[in-house]
Amino acid sequence: MEPIRVHSGLVYPLNRSNVDTDQIIPKQFLKRIERQGFGQFLFYNWRFDEEGEKRDSFTMNDEKYNDASILVAGDNFGCGSSREHAPWAILDYGFQVVIAPSFADIFYNNCVKNGILPVKLTEDETQAIIKKAEQQMLNLTVDLEKQLVVDEEDFSFSFDISDYHKQMLLNGWDEIAVTLTNEDKITAYEERQQIIG
Amino acid sequence: MTQPKTIIEKIWENHIVHQEPGKPDLLYIDLHLIHEVTSPQAFEGLRMKGRKVRRPELTFATMDHNVPTKQRHIIKDEVSKKQMHTLKENCEEFGVPLADIDHPDQGIVHVIGPELGLTQPGKTIVCGDSHTSTHGAFGALAFGIGTSEVEHVLSTQTLGQAAPKTLEVKVNGKLGTGVTAKDLILAIIAKHGVRFGTGYVIEYTGEAVRNLSMEERMTVCNMSIEAGARAGLISPDDTTIEYLRGRRHVPDGEAFDEAADQWRALATDEGASYDATVEIDADEVEPQVTWGTNPSMCIPVSANVPDPASQEKDYEQDAVQRALDYMGLEANQPIDSVKVDYVFIGSCTNSRLSDLKKAADVIQGRKVDEKVTALVVPGSRTVKEQAEAEGLDVIFKTAGFEWREAGCSMCLAMNDDIVPPGERCASTSNRNFEGRQGNGARTHLVSPEMAAAAALEGHFVDVRKITDTAVNR
Ligand code: SF4
Repeated sequence: MEPIRVHSGLVYPLNRSNVDTDQIIPKQFLKRIERQGFGQFLFYNWRFDEEGEKRDSFTMNDEKYNDASILVAGDNFGCGSSREHAPWAILDYGFQVVIAPSFADIFYNNCVKNGILPVKLTEDETQAIIKKAEQQMLNLTVDLEKQLVVDEEDFSFSFDISDYHKQMLLNGWDEIAVTLTNEDKITAYEERQQIIG
Repeated sequence: MTQPKTIIEKIWENHIVHQEPGKPDLLYIDLHLIHEVTSPQAFEGLRMKGRKVRRPELTFATMDHNVPTKQRHIIKDEVSKKQMHTLKENCEEFGVPLADIDHPDQGIVHVIGPELGLTQPGKTIVCGDSHTSTHGAFGALAFGIGTSEVEHVLSTQTLGQAAPKTLEVKVNGKLGTGVTAKDLILAIIAKHGVRFGTGYVIEYTGEAVRNLSMEERMTVCNMSIEAGARAGLISPDDTTIEYLRGRRHVPDGEAFDEAADQWRALATDEGASYDATVEIDADEVEPQVTWGTNPSMCIPVSANVPDPASQEKDYEQDAVQRALDYMGLEANQPIDSVKVDYVFIGSCTNSRLSDLKKAADVIQGRKVDEKVTALVVPGSRTVKEQAEAEGLDVIFKTAGFEWREAGCSMCLAMNDDIVPPGERCASTSNRNFEGRQGNGARTHLVSPEMAAAAALEGHFVDVRKITDTAVNR
């Protein structure tokens, strides 16, 4: 997993709440056995109609957002299914940061494990970003070390993240390797509980 | 005296392998369930790093999401076939027990875990599937995980987890006749929203919960994730213990009595406190129908679809309007005027024997409306066999239902069981998200009894009206 420290990029505003993982990546694309290549299916049913043609009504299809790398959405983002295909699709499409007032628990974890930075701002702060980004092309800088979201002119919002998640993202840790440094403790637990292989 | 504790705290403390300040606790996992969709990348990860499965005997796999339900062996979709084949190969390579498509134990992972007695009170249970919360009905701490976490558990039999907050959902009083566990959980989510459980583990308590059977408790716990909670559980009691007695993976004889004593001791202590509590009166719950595109968009069957104008904030108005547009409904329309094209009885929420029996009671001696396509998909091959032994298949088929093989089927439409665009389905599953049952498909979540009633009438109807006339007939 790639470490992430400071990220600057273009915002794509998606002013919807309760965006579920069925919308982020519909089930027909969950049959692949690889981790790569899911970006083309991101928000598939919103981006494409039944014939597979782009829907003009869905703003993400606007070419001006082609290079967007910061997704800003409404609350409870990523609710529903635990499918990690959702963050895989988001990352593969080119988003490094997702900002929302709240995230579903499993989705939040899945982001961190894939090097996507999930940023929780308040409802008002998120709406301020969305409103501005709907009016103009908006670039933001997200600084994980300082826990700040900064716009060149208007605002600087701070955000919370647990120290552990922060370290994981800053260092791009392989979590299994970290856990295996405590393998003796796992074995000791198994012996205590008489879970004998 | 020691501090009174909730069952959540007790299970947590029993499973701590390692604690360090500023880090999540490292928890031991007692049971890891696996299915074909969320596991291939995890096994591939192990292979790439040369890692093995630490405890294959604490791991159990089945095939459910992709499996065909018309004829088990005819898998038209090559990619589905490959995914199922990959699971089989992975299980062979890593020594993981598998109930594959030909195995008599095959079924939806959350139906077969309890059926086989793999699910037991006090266990930590995970699966790469958000409805793992189902197993909480037994007083287990059970939650869904992502594929990276699946790989972590395969390799270490542990998971790093921050201690959750605890939330008591207390259900006072009694459910009325014809009002089900499904109506109860839908009403709870309608009242408190789709994220009131985020960051919490829920414990369901109260008189109405105590009176539920194990299968009804599973229906309730199943939908905890639709309230945002990764896990929802119920303290074990005699109902739990009697359900488990004699199951294959449960100890027998004296060992069972010992286990039962330990299970009882797990129940939340008198006077234990939770981080938050919400209450609901069971007496007030009516049969429910969802009208929108998330499970909190839900109303009693006697009510009208909401009006966007009644919402406060502009983005809330947009959300209601978008849901109405997607669902093809008008504001203020009575929900029982809405016609259905499909009826689906199945899924890990409502596909167990008692669910099928209750639906069969409603339809016995009646016919499915000729415009409705109706199917029953038992949750497991065992459920299917038991139902057939009781003649339920005949009741369903005579009424005009299709009787299928076990699997997830139309709950998420990954196999051939798809609701076409613009068509409307009364479904006993757990998610009414856009496109869940097929691109453009419109899902209304209901209980098995309400689904059966809708199949007969061709539109939503209060099932109590039908069963009343059935009594009077
Ligand atoms: S029945 Fe539906 S919700 Fe349950 S595990 Fe299968 S797909 Fe998921």
